[in-house]
Amino acid sequence: MDTAVLLRMYRKMLEIRCFELRAGELFERTEIPGATHLYLGQEAVAVGACSTLKDTDYIISTHRGHGHCIAKGGKLPLMMAEIFGRRTGYCKGRGGSMHIADLDIGILGANGVVGGGLPISVGVGLAAKLRKTRRVTLCFFGDGASNQGTFHESLNMAAVMKLPVVFVCENNQFAVSTHVSLACSVQDIAQRGASYNIPGHVVDGNDVVAVFEKVSEMVARAREGAGPSLIECKTYRWSGHYVGDSATYRDKEEVNNWKSGNDPIARFRGKLIASGLLDEAGADEMQREVVEAVAEAEDFARNSPPLLVDEVAEDVYTEVNAGAVE
Amino acid sequence: MRHLTYREAVREAMREEMLADENVILLGEDVGRYGGAFKVSQGLWDEFGEERVIDTPLSEAAIAGAAVGAALTGMRPIAEIMYIDFMTIAMDQIVNQAAKMKYMFGGKAVLPVVFRTQEGGGKSNGAQHSQCLEAWFMHVPGIRVVIPSTPYDAKGLLKSSIREDNPVVFIEHKMLYGVKGPVPENDYLVPLGRAEVKREGRDVTLVAISMMVHKALKAAEALSREGIEAEVIDPRTLAPLDEDSIINSVKKTGRLVIVHEACKRGGVGGEIASIAAEEAFDYLDAPIKRLGALEVPIPYAPHLASAVVPDEERIVAAVKEVCR
Repeated sequence: MDTAVLLRMYRKMLEIRCFELRAGELFERTEIPGATHLYLGQEAVAVGACSTLKDTDYIISTHRGHGHCIAKGGKLPLMMAEIFGRRTGYCKGRGGSMHIADLDIGILGANGVVGGGLPISVGVGLAAKLRKTRRVTLCFFGDGASNQGTFHESLNMAAVMKLPVVFVCENNQFAVSTHVSLACSVQDIAQRGASYNIPGHVVDGNDVVAVFEKVSEMVARAREGAGPSLIECKTYRWSGHYVGDSATYRDKEEVNNWKSGNDPIARFRGKLIASGLLDEAGADEMQREVVEAVAEAEDFARNSPPLLVDEVAEDVYTEVNAGAVE
Repeated sequence: MRHLTYREAVREAMREEMLADENVILLGEDVGRYGGAFKVSQGLWDEFGEERVIDTPLSEAAIAGAAVGAALTGMRPIAEIMYIDFMTIAMDQIVNQAAKMKYMFGGKAVLPVVFRTQEGGGKSNGAQHSQCLEAWFMHVPGIRVVIPSTPYDAKGLLKSSIREDNPVVFIEHKMLYGVKGPVPENDYLVPLGRAEVKREGRDVTLVAISMMVHKALKAAEALSREGIEAEVIDPRTLAPLDEDSIINSVKKTGRLVIVHEACKRGGVGGEIASIAAEEAFDYLDAPIKRLGALEVPIPYAPHLASAVVPDEERIVAAVKEVCR
């Protein structure tokens, strides 16, 4: 693999980690409102998967979407301003953590409804196929969403229509509090690909290179017109379902084991250093730069004004129409 | 002027817009080779091919979502949901996704998508194939709700809906498909948000939608023979709702009766009555009257089914009550 790509992936993972740690702190201190679902521990999935894409490709994200957004090229200041509810944010403060989108770079939105993005990815794939754009869509969703009807409808429809969509299941092992073993009838969610006659692969979701390689293969396949596929990335959600979830449904020791023994960033850092692509000093320097970038994003957000209450009813409808609404 | 059926008018609107814009596609269950469960899209698959008239699996949530995703990335899809009763399965995509995407993404998303469906009783199809659920959609900001009663309106409103850059729920009526009416051959649009006075009158305002427009017009004829002149107004679109036309008519007549086939409780009639009470209370000479279906699921047996929904006689009786 190209060194620049590997180093860029490492930096992106750090960006997600730092952004999420800071976002978690800010939510805990109630400096930002609402609810947020942190991506800590899953960084290798978003970064490995999104690094395979072109700028013109699309992603469909989830309620736990900050990582996908950063990995696809989302801008930290605009994300931070959004979760602060400011007018400079991605959605002018109307969306919040669960609805960040950057349509210009193919980030077609996080989603507050588990499983809600899957059918949308089918339509995005359909448009790409009909318009022959050769654009590929990565549809992210979790183990919980794989039990929604929309998962099954969408995989089947994408398969029947042979659409360029790669379904990336992030199995972080918990749907809110319910462990995947209590909720899924299969050992591996990837097995469900067989029902729809599409490839189903399991990858180590904490190994960014493994994710990159498998997703690359399936993206290339989709781009060539061979249709959709399902990739299950096995990972672990470090935080509770949302910031503030006491997560009493699992052992602290289990969490600590994942953090100390299977941290995707520590693993990747070790690999990069072992292969001589990065040294300790270089890694530390990169870390400092990323912390600085997140701090700058926060400053930008804090210094941005919110929308005026008078503007609350704007943007419900597109007012200039090709049609004839009066 | 030539006469077309409501079905033909809907089909012609889709055909003309598909000819005019290659981004317009139709997708849904049985819409292609079969021509649609109500034969509305008959012939379009032959003319435009399987890439633009797309037979989908029986998956309402995925049909609606596919239309949303395609609209978000440059297409102008028309998704047919066979019965409005089945919209319940597609509700997340329409209500949580399509209706909110523009707003919650900061105004950037443009969603030119039409969800076409049909509603109503009259065929003894039972409780899961006969409902009128337009009020559900009227309740949600971010979508347009269109409900034509005549072939002319169906064509002109559907063309506007397809050109509209917002999600539209377009509600046809299964018992209107065979109804004929004048439809010009030239290209015309009926704008969303403009009611039509289907019959002028001075004594009472009769607001009716969809199938009930026809029953209201018949009732108005009967009332006329007894010296009561009813003004029949068809809002044609519920969102946006042409409040001015209704208010102005009420100010003129001083009386208001609203009739729809949907259940009276929580129906569109409540909204219209409220608007009249808020905006024209001082002009009212009698209490507002609402007619809607009884609070029961639509039954199967024909005599029971027809007993549940308003008919001409009940409209006449309601008007006489407020005109006493």
